[in-house]
Amino acid sequence: MYDVLIIGGGVIGCSMAHELAKYQLKIILLEKGLDVCEATSMANSAIVHSGYDPLPNTLHATLNVEGNKMMDQVCHDLDVEFQRIGSLTLAFNDEEVATLNDLIKRGQQNGVPVELWDKEKILKEEPCINNGVKKALFAPTCGIVNPFELTIALMENAMDNGAELALNHEVTKIKKVKDHFEVTCANKKVFEAKIVVNAAGLFSGKIAEMIGNKDIVIRPRKGEYYVLDHFEAPFIHHTLFPCPTNKGKGVLVTPTTHGNYLVGPSSEYTFDAGDVATDSNDLAIIKTKANAMVNNIPFNQMIRVFAGDRAVPQTASGDFIVEEDKNNPNFYHAAGIQSPGLASSLAIANRLRELMEKHNKFSLNKNYVPTRRPLIRLNKKSIEERQKLIAKNPKLGKIICRCEIVSEGEIVDIIHRNCGATTIKGVKKRVRPGFGKCQGGFCEALVLHILARELHQDLLDIDYGAPGSYILLKKTKEEGEH
Amino acid sequence: MKEYDIIIIGGGSAGLAAAITAYDEGIKNILIIEKEKYLGGILNQCIHTGFGVHEFKELMSGPEYAERFITQLESRKIPYLLETVVLSIDENKNVYYSSEKEGYQVVHTKAIILAAGCMERNRGAIAIPGDRCSGVMTAGIAQRYLNIDGYLVGKRVFILGSGDIGLIMARRMTLEGAKVLGVAELMPYSNGLTRNIVQCLNDFDIPLYLSHTITKTVGKGRLEQIEISAVDKNFQPIKGTEKTFDVDTLLLSIGLVPYNDLLDAFHLQSNPKTKGAIVNESLETFCPGVFSCGNVLHVHDLVDYVTREGRKAGHNAVRYVKGELHHEQAEIKIVAGKGLGYIVPNYLQPSNLEDKLTLNFRVVTPYSDKKLIVKLNGTIIKSVFRPHMLPAEMETMDIPKDLITVSSGELSVEVEGA
Repeated sequence: MYDVLIIGGGVIGCSMAHELAKYQLKIILLEKGLDVCEATSMANSAIVHSGYDPLPNTLHATLNVEGNKMMDQVCHDLDVEFQRIGSLTLAFNDEEVATLNDLIKRGQQNGVPVELWDKEKILKEEPCINNGVKKALFAPTCGIVNPFELTIALMENAMDNGAELALNHEVTKIKKVKDHFEVTCANKKVFEAKIVVNAAGLFSGKIAEMIGNKDIVIRPRKGEYYVLDHFEAPFIHHTLFPCPTNKGKGVLVTPTTHGNYLVGPSSEYTFDAGDVATDSNDLAIIKTKANAMVNNIPFNQMIRVFAGDRAVPQTASGDFIVEEDKNNPNFYHAAGIQSPGLASSLAIANRLRELMEKHNKFSLNKNYVPTRRPLIRLNKKSIEERQKLIAKNPKLGKIICRCEIVSEGEIVDIIHRNCGATTIKGVKKRVRPGFGKCQGGFCEALVLHILARELHQDLLDIDYGAPGSYILLKKTKEEGEH
Repeated sequence: MKEYDIIIIGGGSAGLAAAITAYDEGIKNILIIEKEKYLGGILNQCIHTGFGVHEFKELMSGPEYAERFITQLESRKIPYLLETVVLSIDENKNVYYSSEKEGYQVVHTKAIILAAGCMERNRGAIAIPGDRCSGVMTAGIAQRYLNIDGYLVGKRVFILGSGDIGLIMARRMTLEGAKVLGVAELMPYSNGLTRNIVQCLNDFDIPLYLSHTITKTVGKGRLEQIEISAVDKNFQPIKGTEKTFDVDTLLLSIGLVPYNDLLDAFHLQSNPKTKGAIVNESLETFCPGVFSCGNVLHVHDLVDYVTREGRKAGHNAVRYVKGELHHEQAEIKIVAGKGLGYIVPNYLQPSNLEDKLTLNFRVVTPYSDKKLIVKLNGTIIKSVFRPHMLPAEMETMDIPKDLITVSSGELSVEVEGA
């Protein structure tokens, strides 16, 4: 019997595991994919929003602002890349300037530091912005985070403190039995838990339905992006937003924590929660919108496009659903976590834990370790430090990925950690081989061999990412055959 | 710090030729740095025949071709490092490399020859619409899995792009028992060598869809289906022309791009057409003593030409080390005129010319029975008749030194009437 069972290994589920691992609780997280951070948490703008934008007194506003503040400490403790680079929301006409003035007031109500910049200041700080700009709202607390690293580190730390993770476990049935729940998976395994958290993202409506709650309806809304390569001289330094409309925050242009750039997203409802197909027309529209805001975006340095689905709740307010199920005590929902979900993730977990403590008594885990062993990050080391590390572990000298400069030693390290990589994409999300301009052309085969060797699996059994995403079909010749 | 006269980055066909030439011309303090387990570069996975027609007047496989040069290298005892990756080079010609055996090292050299080859354009670079499933991969990586590792990647295959690797893989996978359902090419003509169209597609009844592209990929885990559409003059898909194929593999053979990242640190402008370095007649970049040759400079279609360019880089690196190369202000700009996609080299310092200037270029569209015209400051200095010219086939032309009568201005090559 588990004390807590969490459904879904996105940033919300993993934040929950991380939060609860501070207490003496037996915790398990079930994830249907072959890794955590596989859907919405993987494919988004990677922005920790400041919180000036949501309507005051909504969960969006309070949890965003609270979650933003929590990010420094957690990222420090868990060695996650996070930089407060600040955002600029740009107004190009009088109507948009009026909107900015409203947003400034809203930001002040939400307790978020905001400043109004004039054209001269904007172009001084960001010379690439289109000359037609009139004013900008500067929000210094807006940050960029590596969303894979954050989600994985939260789970790794939870596991370091005793939580369990079951991958490839898709929940198909939930049954309330007296004082606990019976959770059945597609692979027929059954888990019992006193408390269940529904953090199933795009599928949280489906999970809610399993315990008879039909009020939570989630529709996926797709966002498509361009990824540009990193290059020597950065062309922008802040996250740049257009003026928001009732349709959302619009197409942004932002650096990432690795010096890449994201341009997007589009925003269109889709019917299939797994639909992350990209579309040429949508991408062309993004390009037009971004080019109207920023000059000379180096689209010739594009290395990839991708799409992610946001979990949009079908409610009047569209606010987060963070609550205990009305008919099932000890069943908690964190549903409809669309933007600013990443920024709010830590606060959402905190809020749910507070709700749980209303009628559950948790005692602190005295052996709790708040930090995670730092990643090796060879690239950030001096020549001397590098040489010392390689002397101890020669595999750190062997470079597997030339684009992102990743060594075999670093790959082996992240395979054998708690919440370690089991797929090519899992390795990519953790230490970046395949993220560069060759997109795995040079390193994919090498990573495949390392995974098979370290996990004691056949090459044929290693997947790219999702279940069934094999790379090799069959061996052409058996031993001794010619 | 260890000191070298010449460091060659890349032990493939360009690097091997450069090293042997440099050694034979008297510079013995050489080091080749190769990232793979073996010398030979991409030749090692090219087990088909067709290499060496010009160089050895015979047809051989990639590994056989490489072996000839590796033997020459070994007999000269030219040192090389394997499984070693160069992380960066700097203006002072320090080379920073890393390997399991030696760790992270910095060495200094008088001259550097960049010969690290190219990479394949991939799914990301052309933004193929559709699902992010596995089974969409470059033809080269599938070739590596098949020929080096001994694994077949799929059993029902479609190929996007009629580049040579794609064509070779169509045949290779068919021979291994896979069904290749077709090849789609965006352009109205093939981008591969004619012999490969005949021997790899026609001989196996594999259809080639010209002026077509992929408009959708479908698959949750592995690829399940693709959709292709015909394209109009502007390469935009035409509605109503969609065809679907149930396949588990989509191979991309959509072009090669020089892997020129080491030069990025110098903030040197690269040639926007080739994506390789901008070089002079001696294959020297804007950084004196740093040379570029082979596929890292511009993509070649025949290895024989890569070898020839490697030799030239080796020869000129020796001249540089011996202080025989000039770096003057005055230079002649070399430009690709009408009908040409690109030209290499990009500028000429006439005082460095020994007997001739060698120009390599590609045409933008197929031409037959056309004259190539070379103009120096507007005056025609040479014209050559070419019965057939294809974008897939690199053209080459030598200009005798005595035709270069000025020391500045512009030299252009164009297709007459283009």
